[in-house]
Amino acid sequence: MSHHLLEFRDVRFRYPDGTEALKGVSFLVTHGESVGIVGANGAGKSTVLLHMNGHLLPTSGAVTVGEVPLRKETRPEIRRKVGVVFQNPDDQLFMPTVFEDVAFGPLNLGLPPDRVRERVHEALRWVNALALVDKPPHHLSGGQKSAVAIATVIAMEPDILVMDEPAASLDPKSRRSVIGLLNSFAHSKIVASHDLDLILDVCTRCLVIRDGAIVADGAAPEILSDATLLAENNLELPLTLQGRPGREGAHR
Amino acid sequence: MGFEAAYSGIGRLDRLSYQDTAVHRLDPRAKVAATMLFAVGVVSFPKYEILSLLPFFLFPVLVAAVGDIPAGFIARKVVAVSPFAVFVGIFNPIFDPSTVAIAPGVPVSAGWVSFASILLKFALTISAALLLIATTSFPGICRGLRRLGLPALFVSQLLFLYRYLFVLMEEAMRVVRARDMRSFGDRGAGARVFVRIAGTLFLRTVERAERIYGAMLARGFRGDVPSMRRETLRLSDAIFVLASGGFFALCRFVPVPQWIGHLVRGWAG
Repeated sequence: MSHHLLEFRDVRFRYPDGTEALKGVSFLVTHGESVGIVGANGAGKSTVLLHMNGHLLPTSGAVTVGEVPLRKETRPEIRRKVGVVFQNPDDQLFMPTVFEDVAFGPLNLGLPPDRVRERVHEALRWVNALALVDKPPHHLSGGQKSAVAIATVIAMEPDILVMDEPAASLDPKSRRSVIGLLNSFAHSKIVASHDLDLILDVCTRCLVIRDGAIVADGAAPEILSDATLLAENNLELPLTLQGRPGREGAHR
Repeated sequence: MGFEAAYSGIGRLDRLSYQDTAVHRLDPRAKVAATMLFAVGVVSFPKYEILSLLPFFLFPVLVAAVGDIPAGFIARKVVAVSPFAVFVGIFNPIFDPSTVAIAPGVPVSAGWVSFASILLKFALTISAALLLIATTSFPGICRGLRRLGLPALFVSQLLFLYRYLFVLMEEAMRVVRARDMRSFGDRGAGARVFVRIAGTLFLRTVERAERIYGAMLARGFRGDVPSMRRETLRLSDAIFVLASGGFFALCRFVPVPQWIGHLVRGWAG
C-alpha cells in the first residue's frame, strides 16, 4: 500500500523572520504505522506537522505522500490524503452548525449530497457525537468540540491522520475516549503531544525532535522509558511508568 | 452595562432563535423579505409623520407574541441602542422652530415632531430587526440573504462574524477578568489599558484568522463556502409575505388612524 507512505527527506525550513525551525528532518512512515512526535516547546513539532499537508513548504528537502511530491500544485491532492486535526477545536470548527462543519470537507471534495450526508453521519457516529448534529459549535463542551473536530477530518476519509495535541485541556474521560478513537483508526496516524501516556497508549513508534532535528527514532515503549533522553528534551517519564507508590524516577 | 451582561444578552438573543413557533418555522427568506418591506415602508414616511406610523407597531407586536419573544427583552435592547437615534434628532427642535398641526387644532413645534418621528421610525425598524434575529437562526438569515442574491463573499463574512463573535467575546471576557483581578479601583482600568487590551485582542484575532484559514485549506476550501440545504418556500411563507406586505402598503398609503377616528366619531355621532 505505497500510497499510504509519508516521507520527509532532509527537510529544512526557515521562517520568514530568519528562524531556522527545521534543520534536516528525515523519516518514513509506512502504512498503518502509528507514530508519536515528542519534544520540548519550540523544538519544531508543529512546524513538522504543518509540512505534512503543505501548509508550509520546505525551504529545501522533500516531503512525499504516497507517490506525490509536495509542491504548491500538488497541495489539494495531498490534503485529500492527509487529514490534520489542529490543536484548538475552535479554529477547526468554523461553520454555523456541526453538520455543516463536518460536511464542509466532503462538499469541497465534490461529493454528491447523498454521499455527503452519509459520510457526515458515519463520521459523527464514529466519534459518538451524532446527537450534536444540529448544534452550533459555541454550544458544545470542550470534549464535544474535540470529538467533532476529529469527525470533520474523518469525514474526508484520509489515508493518514495527523493530530496536534489531540487531548490537551480535555477532562480525563474525554481524553480516554479520544485515545479510544485514535486506536480504532486503522490507517497511519501521527500524533504530536506532550501527553506521553497518550503517545504510549496510541503509538508504536516515537520520534523525538530537538532544535529542528530528530534526535531519536524508535519503538515508543523504549524511547518513552529512557529517562535520560526524555530529561534532555524537557520531558519526563510517562506517569504510568513512574511507579507512583515508591516514586522512583518521578523526580530528579 | 458590564461586559458579561452584554455577552449574555447576545447569547440570549441567539438562544431565542432556536425556539420552535409558527414564526420560527417560517422560511428565513420570507422573514427577511417582510422585514425589509417593513423597514422601507416605515422609513419612506415624510419627516413630520407620527400618527400614520403607529399602526406599524402591530407587526413587531404580533411577531413577538406569536414567536414567544419577551417584549421587555426586545424593548431593553432598543433602549440600549437608542442614543444613536437621539443624537441624530436631538437638534431638530432647535433648528426647526416653525409650528405644525399634528391633529386638527393642536399646533406643535415642527422640530419636536420630526424628532418624535425619528424616534418612532428607529424604534420600529430596530425592534423589527431584533425580532428577525430572535426568530430566525443567524445562519438561516445568511442562507436567506444568499438565496435572495447577496454575494457569497458577504454571506461568508457574516457567517464567520456569527461563529467567532462568541469566541472573541469569551476571549475578551477572560482578558477583562484578568485585568479586573489585578486592578484596584480606577488604577489599571483606565483608557490606556483598554487600548492595549483592544490591541492584544486584535493581534490574537489576526493569528486566529490565520489558523482558521489553514484549517479551511486543509479541508479543501477553494473560495466558496458550500451549502447543501435546499429549503423550499411553502404556502404559509407566501401568505406571510403577502399579508404583511399588504398590511404595510395599507398603512403606508391609507391614513389608517384618521379612518379609525372617523369611524369612532361616526358611531359616537
